[in-house]
Amino acid sequence: MSMRARVLVVDDDPALAEMLGIILRTEGFTPTFVTDGEKALAAFKEHRPDIVLLDLMLPGMSGIDVAKAIRGESGVPIVMLTAKSDTVDIVLGLESGADDYIVKPFKPKELVARIRARLRRGDDVTPERLEIGKPGLQVQIDVPAHQVTLNGAEVKLTPLEFDLLVALARKPRQVFTRQVLLEQVWGYRHSADTRLVNVHVQRLRAKIEPDPERPQLIQTVRGVGYKAGLG
Amino acid sequence: MAQVQDRLRRGPEWPGRLGRSVARTADRASRPLMARFRASLQLRVVSSTLIASTILVLIFSFVVAGSVTSGLLDERQDTAVEEIENAAERAAEQLGTYTSSSDTALASAMQQIVNELTEDPVYAPYIMLRTANGDVAKTHPASGGQTPSENLQKAVAGGKVASQYGDFTFEGDDEAKPYLVVGTYIDLNIPYELYAFYPLDSQQEAISLLRTNLALAGVALVLLLGVIAALVTRLVVTPVREAARTSQRLAAGLLHERMEVRGSDDLARLAGSFNLMAENLQRQIGRLEEMSMMQRRFTSDVSHELRTPLATIRMAADLLYDNRDDFDPVTKRSTELLQHEIDRFEDLLQELLEISRFDSGFASLEVDAVDVGRIADDVVAGLSHLAGECGVQVAVTKPARRVIAEVDPRRVQRILRNLVSNAIEHAESRPVEITLAESDTAVAVAVRDHGVGLKPGHADRVFDRFWRADPSRNRKTGGTGLGLAISLEDAKLHGGTLQATGEPGEGTLIVLTLPLQSGNRVITSPIPLRLEEKRKEAPHATQD
Repeated sequence: MSMRARVLVVDDDPALAEMLGIILRTEGFTPTFVTDGEKALAAFKEHRPDIVLLDLMLPGMSGIDVAKAIRGESGVPIVMLTAKSDTVDIVLGLESGADDYIVKPFKPKELVARIRARLRRGDDVTPERLEIGKPGLQVQIDVPAHQVTLNGAEVKLTPLEFDLLVALARKPRQVFTRQVLLEQVWGYRHSADTRLVNVHVQRLRAKIEPDPERPQLIQTVRGVGYKAGLG
Repeated sequence: MAQVQDRLRRGPEWPGRLGRSVARTADRASRPLMARFRASLQLRVVSSTLIASTILVLIFSFVVAGSVTSGLLDERQDTAVEEIENAAERAAEQLGTYTSSSDTALASAMQQIVNELTEDPVYAPYIMLRTANGDVAKTHPASGGQTPSENLQKAVAGGKVASQYGDFTFEGDDEAKPYLVVGTYIDLNIPYELYAFYPLDSQQEAISLLRTNLALAGVALVLLLGVIAALVTRLVVTPVREAARTSQRLAAGLLHERMEVRGSDDLARLAGSFNLMAENLQRQIGRLEEMSMMQRRFTSDVSHELRTPLATIRMAADLLYDNRDDFDPVTKRSTELLQHEIDRFEDLLQELLEISRFDSGFASLEVDAVDVGRIADDVVAGLSHLAGECGVQVAVTKPARRVIAEVDPRRVQRILRNLVSNAIEHAESRPVEITLAESDTAVAVAVRDHGVGLKPGHADRVFDRFWRADPSRNRKTGGTGLGLAISLEDAKLHGGTLQATGEPGEGTLIVLTLPLQSGNRVITSPIPLRLEEKRKEAPHATQD
């Protein structure tokens, strides 16, 4: 990424925001700050950031609603900053549109690694087209153009959903364990946090499967993980 | 011979078998009835009322019928005796003149007396007059030659008035009927005996009518009592049943259930106090729920309020730590201490919050079917740095095929990371072995080190919060003392077990056992909690 990536930080704690600013600038990002959920969406529209760091507990509009509002506008990567590590809170945040989460307190290096992992894209310049499904239920992926069509109609995927789909579609019929997907798509190593994978597979299915309750394109292999394609 | 005797003694076998099978069948048939009988208070009260009242009515009827019967018969006998004495006087008047039983006129005189007496409606319909020696005996032609019994004849021959009941068949009767026979001795020149047969038809009729009436009245009374008992018990049982139903619903968690209070009697009081109890119960449960919610909210708030500033401190400390080489030695050392203590503080906060989540009962299981062996491998890979620092070889032994279990992968990873890092720390540079095994229902992971081991009595304390085997021991990872306590809670949450055993100098074995299917409980572990069979049995503790 040649330009300095713009980071929108939505957090109501001024000390934390300032500290984040110091870290982000040191690491070569251009941060913008909002302390209020209500103003987050306006700031998002104004600054067009490359990534959003979003606190879940905000005055005014909650972080969950902010994430939903941003998702309504764009597929920009959203990383939740949360002080709550309860599964309910995390799954709720992921389901409302966040791509990843990081629990406070975090190490600055860890945060930067997460941001970089979310921004790392557009490296594929070789023309690559992938296909899964069968005639009548066919998903085509133009990898360099970041374009996905379902039976010819374009489907809007977030970059993370796109990465997940590409990872699965590159090796159709191969079963990916959740740990492998965590490593390939999120850049985690040695993690067993399967909630991230589960929630995002559900979100992806909701966009490309005719019946997400009975998935055909992305199937669950019980006890192992997921695979793309039919049969 | 002995055999034959024996068989005879035993008898044929089939009656016994038949008897047993009959008993079994009867038993089976009566069971639902018995079950209903035991289950229903109303049925029990009504049936015992019926039995008791039937017995009473029967006794009463027998007594009444008996006394009425004897009263009627006594009266009949009294008049019969009076009449026969009367008749004997009349006969004596006419027979007093005869002196010899061979007198021809005697027979016709006797016949005339018999006829007169018989036709006189005052006297008995059948009369017999005879001389005591039995030479001449006269009866009314309609009598058909019936004679009194010999006992009676003997009694009368003794010179007394005697009577006896008996069944006789006279002309025109289809069958034998009850009669009272009265006999008297007439002491004249020639002694005579006079017998009269009184029919007991009317008495019998009266008695049988009485019996019928008594039976009808008895049956009606018993039925009436049964109905009354049923109604009365219904009155009591209905609210009791309602109370039972209501308490069942209360127990099922419908805390708003109440009983209906009608009137102001004992049952209304029951309903009232029941409702009061339900009210208190609901209030208490509500209070506990509220407290639990408050605790959860508090934990959540503390978590948020502490973690946000800690995040800032953490980042600031990291920044300082990264630039520590630019500082003077004092500031540099201070920065290092700050960094390490923030690490410790963070771990401690994390684990305290986790423990408090367990304590408030809000820990939830996020179950996925996952490969436990893969988690073990990941944990070992993640701890390779620590293992390298301590100079410890870590080996994982697992079955050839994948061990898929429905568990919360994050929690299992946390347990294993705790166990393995503990083992590495205490291994004293000797190898650590991790063994995975599976049974039909459970998966077990054993973590074995050959380090300091556990002193007797310590095996059951390793899971205690903040407990340390050796407080002076310096720990490389600076553990919080909550790790194994949390691991135990995690295992329990899965319905699994976490057990430890060890011996000084021999090392420690910790076995984690989890059910393959979520919702089940572990009963036995595929890996026994035993150090290799050396010397004696190791002391061990079980915590589940």
